[in-house]
Amino acid sequence: MNTLELLGKDPGWLTAVKGLIVFVICVLATLVSIVMERKIVSWMQMRIGPNRTGPGGSLQSLADGVKLALKEDIIPAAADRIVFVIAPVISVTACFMSFAVIPMTGVVNLFGYKTLLQLTDIPVGVLYILAVASFGVYGIVLAGWSSGSTYPLLGGLRSSAQVISYEVAMGLSLVAVFIYSGSMSTNAIIAAQHNWWFGVTLFPSFVIYAISMVGETNRAPFDLAEAEGELVGGFHTEYSSLKFALFFLAEYVNIIGVSALASTLFLGGYHALPGLGFTENWLGGWFTLIWFLAKVSFFFYIFVWLRGTLPRMRYDQFMKFGWKVLIPVSLVWIMIVSTLRLMSNNGASRVVVSSFAVGVVLVILTVMQFMESSKKKREIEDQLGDVLAPSFPVPELPTKKTDALNG
Amino acid sequence: MISLALQMGATKTPEAVLFWIMAPIAVIAALGMLFAKKAVHSALLLAWVMITLAFFYIAEGALFLGIVQVVVYTGAVMMLFLFILMLVGVDSSDSLVETIKGQRSTSIVAAVGLGGLLISLVGRATVGAKSLGVETANAKGNVQALAEELFTKYVWAFEVVSALLITAALGAMVLAHSQNIKSRTAQRDQSIARFRKDSLAEAAGLPAPGVFARHNAVDVPALLPDGTPAPSSISGTLKARGDMLESALFELEVKEVEED
Repeated sequence: MNTLELLGKDPGWLTAVKGLIVFVICVLATLVSIVMERKIVSWMQMRIGPNRTGPGGSLQSLADGVKLALKEDIIPAAADRIVFVIAPVISVTACFMSFAVIPMTGVVNLFGYKTLLQLTDIPVGVLYILAVASFGVYGIVLAGWSSGSTYPLLGGLRSSAQVISYEVAMGLSLVAVFIYSGSMSTNAIIAAQHNWWFGVTLFPSFVIYAISMVGETNRAPFDLAEAEGELVGGFHTEYSSLKFALFFLAEYVNIIGVSALASTLFLGGYHALPGLGFTENWLGGWFTLIWFLAKVSFFFYIFVWLRGTLPRMRYDQFMKFGWKVLIPVSLVWIMIVSTLRLMSNNGASRVVVSSFAVGVVLVILTVMQFMESSKKKREIEDQLGDVLAPSFPVPELPTKKTDALNG
Repeated sequence: MISLALQMGATKTPEAVLFWIMAPIAVIAALGMLFAKKAVHSALLLAWVMITLAFFYIAEGALFLGIVQVVVYTGAVMMLFLFILMLVGVDSSDSLVETIKGQRSTSIVAAVGLGGLLISLVGRATVGAKSLGVETANAKGNVQALAEELFTKYVWAFEVVSALLITAALGAMVLAHSQNIKSRTAQRDQSIARFRKDSLAEAAGLPAPGVFARHNAVDVPALLPDGTPAPSSISGTLKARGDMLESALFELEVKEVEED
């Protein structure tokens, strides 16, 4: 049954109820994930972590939320008041909106209607998520600008540059998925993975997406927008009380959002692990929600693991990595994928396809070898010292490195 | 989903309601963009106009166009925003002084010309032409139909426009590029330079503001261990702005301690 037709039959109130359910799931997931993050990080650092509020500290984030809400709400005198208030709202709205197209369950029975736990299935669903994400950056940049203070401004600018450049890599990594599934709708992409997950067949895309989703959500080791050693709190330095809580919520919902997209696009979405397909019918299909949440938690664990393991990158290295490594690699990968796809669509034999693959590998190895040797050559040249001035008359240029130091 | 809802007959009223709510907002935002004093507010209102247009496109069944409108224009306005911050200044507001001679009259002529061109183009496309409706256009699927038009019938125009854009981007890079004639002073060079100075007092870096002081604000100078203020602890920017507080206010009273 076509999921679009299935969702099209939902009455308005059911869509509203589903919206409420999705909202509640996101908020609850945020509360749970904050505690889990603190627990996992403390386990990795051989500490105990929060253990006072509730059994085993499990209610810590609820208590923190109440505390945040009861704090004094300060708007700095230098702030642009309207934009200052709008910014966190934009941030939170955008990250919740992206959940509208993510299918959380297979076909289930909800209040007597056969439907999916998904608000709508538009043919350009994944593109919609990208659009909403790029809208969400406004929250961060406007927060930085409207605070009327130096550190937030720097944090906001950093974050906008970061999110925009990693969004390019993210969008490119999705192209291979679109080519192979022939659709941009989340449900069609899940359906296209019934034999093999795209995380396996399109492994380079998966890796690029996984890296860029960390960059996109401003998380360690890419959390330069809120690098506390350099920028105090980054874009949210001047925020307090509920407005700060909104940014906090937005960050975690965003993490859950990109994780949900990753599981949808690369790990088969709400479907069970290979070989466990019989579990999908348990609880009248609702067991698929558990599979979905398990995959999302897997990605969330990776996020925490990264935070617990890696030091923060330097900003220029980070941008260089995004533009000079991730984007070119994904462009080359897209060309390879589309060639392979065209070959298989035109019915090329296995020999042709595999010889193309071997050829690509050989070309990549040759290029890498060449780059390595030229790098070595450059290092030797650097050791030889400064470049000699040419023999013909030229305008005077400071050719020696030492000039820069002494002058 | 929305296009389906439109087909299913619940069409006219929701569309009309959407139009009569969103259209005034869009027009007000567009006017606000023209008349806002701060450049950043103008950029924000522009983003809002673009997003309302996207709503209209989606309501009319052009789903892909609507989404792409958001992707492209939010990015574009973000760039505009950064240009304002970096080139014009954070708190810049409009100045109505004509800096380039004849700019105003030229731009009025250009605006009227562009308006006339657009009116004539849109008029030629709509007046007298029979509309086929979104259903016919979307028969093979919205995205597929658009791709087919773009990469078969209009591929030449498409390539020409992309060449133009690439040229513009390259031109901007060439104009903005400046060649380094000196090697960049890196962290390592700065560190070496600090140690090569006559005094080693600043070798470990300048004192941070607020250290040992009664306040930890950035505009209060740090106190050295003997209680004297260290003006070098205040950032050069604050000094230039004149935001530095009088250091004598924060000096510790040095009491003579009698030695036993």
